[in-house]
Amino acid sequence: MSHGIAWKQRSVLPGFGLSMGLTLLYLALLVLIPLAGLVLFTGTWITLAEFWDKAVADPRVLASYRLSFGASLIAASLNGVFGLIVAWVLVRYRFPGKRFIDAIVDLPFALPTAVSGIALTTLYARTGWVGRWLDPLGIQVAYAWPGIVIALTLIGLPFVVRTVQPALEDLDHEIEEASASLGATRWQTFRRVILPTVFPALLTGFAMAFARAIGEFGSVYFIAGNMPMKTEIAPLLIIIKLEQFDYVGATGIGVVMLVAAFVLLLVINLLQWWSRRYQA
Amino acid sequence: MAAGIALRMRARSEQATAATTESPLTRWLLIGTALGFLAVFLFLPLVLVFVYAFGQGISAYLAAFAEPDARTAIRLTLITAAIAVPVNTAFGVAAAWAIAKFEFKGKNLLITLVDLPFAVSPVIAGLIFVLLFGARGWFGPWLHAHDIRIIFATPGIVLATLFVTFPFVARELIPLMQAQGTEEEQSALTLGATGWQTFWRVTLPNIKWGLIYGVILCNARAMGEFGAVSVVSGHIRGQTNTMPLHIEILYNDYQFAAAFAVASLLAFLAVITLVVKSFVEWKSARTHAAVERESQGGGSS
Repeated sequence: MSHGIAWKQRSVLPGFGLSMGLTLLYLALLVLIPLAGLVLFTGTWITLAEFWDKAVADPRVLASYRLSFGASLIAASLNGVFGLIVAWVLVRYRFPGKRFIDAIVDLPFALPTAVSGIALTTLYARTGWVGRWLDPLGIQVAYAWPGIVIALTLIGLPFVVRTVQPALEDLDHEIEEASASLGATRWQTFRRVILPTVFPALLTGFAMAFARAIGEFGSVYFIAGNMPMKTEIAPLLIIIKLEQFDYVGATGIGVVMLVAAFVLLLVINLLQWWSRRYQA
Repeated sequence: MAAGIALRMRARSEQATAATTESPLTRWLLIGTALGFLAVFLFLPLVLVFVYAFGQGISAYLAAFAEPDARTAIRLTLITAAIAVPVNTAFGVAAAWAIAKFEFKGKNLLITLVDLPFAVSPVIAGLIFVLLFGARGWFGPWLHAHDIRIIFATPGIVLATLFVTFPFVARELIPLMQAQGTEEEQSALTLGATGWQTFWRVTLPNIKWGLIYGVILCNARAMGEFGAVSVVSGHIRGQTNTMPLHIEILYNDYQFAAAFAVASLLAFLAVITLVVKSFVEWKSARTHAAVERESQGGGSS
């Protein structure tokens, strides 16, 4: 374990070589090489024309992209609004059961998606606890796109709440007092002072919820009804293609979704950098 | 990507004055909206799982676990978690040690790479292993010639689970270890401790709670993973079904009580995870406060 490497600062602590070596080896074998394999597979086994036909121009595939990205956008927006309210309430107010509420926000991280999937479907089906009240109004949630939005909202919720919460906690009360003493109403203070300050964090949470939603499969699978062209999300279409041994089609859609995920990851990293700079 | 799952290490409450808070009506309206939203999206589904699981009585509940298919599913889930959790814990601790205790170029890139499995759809995680080890994948013919099964068998399920649960322990430890710095380790080394002694006696006790939470979250995800495992398992009944896949089969067979009975085990695990998280946060907030009191007391005397 030599310590003289130029790209690393000197340290008296041991174990850098061992821990870094293990990390890189494991990361390469488990994550990087398999992911690179997907891209390589696309590059060598699939021609551009095939890729275009199967992963871009196919109407069924296009419909699944529209649904996946559209429903994820709506779900992330819902989370942006309600997540901000939940975070605000948890940071600013005292009320009975607050600790319990704060804990349950993390439920979607811990609850398996298959469990939330069957629970939401049962809840919003025509005879379900919530569905039976919506059915007379002509609102169908389960086995239709609103159900997909609800499943995606559930899994994205903690991302917004947990990124906005620290930003609200760090907010300086003095600037709100200053704003009030200058004659601003509470709403003006929120709109002009508080919201701009927490906005980078809110946007980061929104992007995380969106990124999580476009890749989600388990909870959506049960509630969607999975009708081609109508309620079939892109990850499901990958599985369907694989079951039909259409590796080319599955890989093509996989690459499109992977590129979307990487672009979002980049955006999230930039947003986090911006938000840190903003708060500093 | 994973900022949300990390333990929150500080919570601050400040006294608000009349000028910096809302009217009681607005306040209760906002609290009502937040509670209503959480009730419909989180609380009701959780309650529903247990109500439906026990809806037909305790004997029907227990009957769901007497089935041989259910038992093999539970066994496979336990085996998968028993491999994935310790392996990812070891690598998570190694990654956190390298990232948090040393300064080197490309650190942010490495953190992003560790986070990568969170950004990738679980279905794609499954897909990459099918493309590598499936019958028509890169290594498919070679594996077939040597009679090794990875896809549609336990190794594929373990691999997919390792992939999706890799970041949990590392993500939990990195911020914690960065906040703690390296001073205590340096003192231990100066006093003559070996590297391993320093790790076991100084670092580990300091990160204990964060590590426990990371492990339990990793375990919850390992036992509950659906998308990635669904792609590589092949759904062979009594052989390659994990608990979430067994739930799927029961549910699609209209055996709702049995499906919710199995689901209730995983939901119970999720509730325990949240309880542990609350406890760990409470514990670390208390230690934090105690340290602060101590340093303030030391300053005034």
